[in-house]
Amino acid sequence: MKMTGAQILVRCLEQEGVEHIFGIPGGVMLPTFDVLYDSKKIKFILTRHEQGATHMADGYARATGKVGVCMVTSGPGATNTVTGLATAFMDSVPLVCITGQVVTHAIGSDAFQEADTVGITRPVTKHNYLVKDVKDLARVIREAFYIASTGRPGPVLIDFPVDVSRAETDFEWPEEICMRGYQPIPKNFAGEFPKRQILDIAQAIKKSRKPCLYVGGGAIVSQADKEVRQLVEKTGIPITTTVLGLGIFPEEHPSSLRMLGMHGTHYANYAVQNCDLLIAVGARFDDRVTGKIDGFAPHAKIVHIDIDPASISKVVRVKYPVIGDVKPVLQELNKHVTDKRKQIRPWLNQIEQWKKKHPLKYKKDNVLRQEYIIERVGELTQHKAIVVTGVGQHQMWTAQWYGFKNPRSIITSGGLGTMGYGFPAAIGAQISRPKETVVCFDGDGSFQMTMSELATVVGYKVPVKVIIMDNSFLGMVRQWQELFYNRRYSATVLGPSNPDFVKIAESYGVYAVCLTRKEDVDKVLKKAFQHRGPAIIHAKVAKEDNVFPMVPAGAALDQVMDMA
Amino acid sequence: MKHKHTISVLVENHFGVLAKVAGLFSARGFNIDSLAVGETEEPTVSRMTIVVHGDDRIIEQIIKQLSKLVDVIRVEDLSQDELIDRELVLVKVQATVSTRADIMQIVNSFRAKIVDVSHESITIEVTGGQSKIDALLELLNQFGIRETVRTGLIALARRKELVAPEREVVKRPKAAGIKKVKKSG
Repeated sequence: MKMTGAQILVRCLEQEGVEHIFGIPGGVMLPTFDVLYDSKKIKFILTRHEQGATHMADGYARATGKVGVCMVTSGPGATNTVTGLATAFMDSVPLVCITGQVVTHAIGSDAFQEADTVGITRPVTKHNYLVKDVKDLARVIREAFYIASTGRPGPVLIDFPVDVSRAETDFEWPEEICMRGYQPIPKNFAGEFPKRQILDIAQAIKKSRKPCLYVGGGAIVSQADKEVRQLVEKTGIPITTTVLGLGIFPEEHPSSLRMLGMHGTHYANYAVQNCDLLIAVGARFDDRVTGKIDGFAPHAKIVHIDIDPASISKVVRVKYPVIGDVKPVLQELNKHVTDKRKQIRPWLNQIEQWKKKHPLKYKKDNVLRQEYIIERVGELTQHKAIVVTGVGQHQMWTAQWYGFKNPRSIITSGGLGTMGYGFPAAIGAQISRPKETVVCFDGDGSFQMTMSELATVVGYKVPVKVIIMDNSFLGMVRQWQELFYNRRYSATVLGPSNPDFVKIAESYGVYAVCLTRKEDVDKVLKKAFQHRGPAIIHAKVAKEDNVFPMVPAGAALDQVMDMA
Repeated sequence: MKHKHTISVLVENHFGVLAKVAGLFSARGFNIDSLAVGETEEPTVSRMTIVVHGDDRIIEQIIKQLSKLVDVIRVEDLSQDELIDRELVLVKVQATVSTRADIMQIVNSFRAKIVDVSHESITIEVTGGQSKIDALLELLNQFGIRETVRTGLIALARRKELVAPEREVVKRPKAAGIKKVKKSG
């Protein structure tokens, strides 16, 4: 059957199981949007900025593991997706981004709304395509979804010229894919991971007197929460997670050391620095995690289980590498480990002492503080909400104080640190999981970067609850200025020009309330959670609070600063 | 310890692939000494020969990162094996009546070729491995080198073949986003 490129695109997206697409149309995408208008299976979510669309697709993907899809026009539409693509790329989020392109014969002529999209997005995508022939289209779409969702997931971009969308060809759905250059788990590391490596690790665990697990987002992507929990419960080895690994293991569990790294707990960082065996699972030794590399885990032999061979020995030298999907690797490992609690009792006692001596803490006076609000939201949602954040102080406090216990319950830009990510990502998460409570903790700085998506929330009745932590500063940068630049608040003061966020929300018809007093927190939160639609809480919080503990940049993990 | 490595890369013969490979090197701060690319015996495949310097960790990263590119079919560090490597160089040397004979003698002893002669210069074509070319250029330097152009090193392993595997069909495992995949006309 003859079909146009636009028809093939929409049909293929339907075949791939796509239900929502986020984006904004434009000139070269007219043929495609005309076909999309009739799709019974795909709902298009019109955003107010393409960055918002990519973050929504990203939040949608992180909340479910499905591939998020966004569709934008050429030129500025495409360039506006770059931040969203880079965010997804850093955190291994499966996205397919379709960008319009000018007619193929005009490519390279500086045509209206032309940009070299594949050139611009090459470093921030797992792979990208420019479709020059309509005959390649179905195959390209199929490959794009396959590449995005397998191995170490990531964003894939398809650049789609308008003449290709109008050209006709016989459509055949390519049932099979054949790519000789792409294996989700690289061939030379064999589909089957070598059992011997697992036995070596089991042996190392057996010998270790001070073992420590360090688990990252890869374990969540691999859906290995049960396996991680089994490993911890079977052996008694303490576990710390990265910010993207939060929720893989319940934080109230006695074996949990909570988050490690720059704003991690004392005891997680001390455990890493003093352990003799560090078992890294689906994590990539980011500099925010390791601190000064030369001083990182100085006494430890390192085990690294990861699906991406390039992650292994990139930052630290690994003694026991395993390249593979975390879930089956841990399943195999769990068969060969035994209870270590008795053998490592002194180590566990030492950790208990660290926990008692250096708990996470904040000032419990009458001031309205972010930590308190986050803690209360944790209680009121029974630690079961999907929590989305912007980037900055509120993000780190959320990681410290919410109390995560389910995988895919924190959605945050960990790698790229993209301010403005939170609000649109929360919208995407809510659309993919409409029955769950989605709470977005955002900063006054972060929120203002993408708050135009209030219109999207209204347009599609997305009941997200946003708590804007307004401290009148770009708080995290201000904190560094306070601590390391002699309180010279260069370009970090937002206060005098911040809007009344309640009025802004109300002008869109969104329920909003201002929160200024600590004693009102529960009342305001409960009311917002009971409200059926979207809700904005404008929390005027303490202005110059700092996130502690803190490992200064360039210091080793055990050189922790804390509040006086 | 920094070593020179000759890396052979089989890639899909598409537009944009060279940009992907070059972009990887610049984005990750790896330096390329030379890069030569051309079609192979299989027209859908090109071979890149990339010469790089680096310590073991850098070389390991280069190979792993190259392998991750979807358009890269195979990567092999030829430096581990016995290899045949060649480069072609054209060099235009200053020449007068009095120096011409000396130059020709050097050219002959290197089994290089003279491809052009003018009143002021001689253009020489030479093929060989790195050391031969370096030695010749060093000798010609005394006469004054006006211009050179080099193809970059190309190489093959002596005892084995690096070829693209047959295209194999990936039966698609169901991804999380796929509810059902139906056949349609």
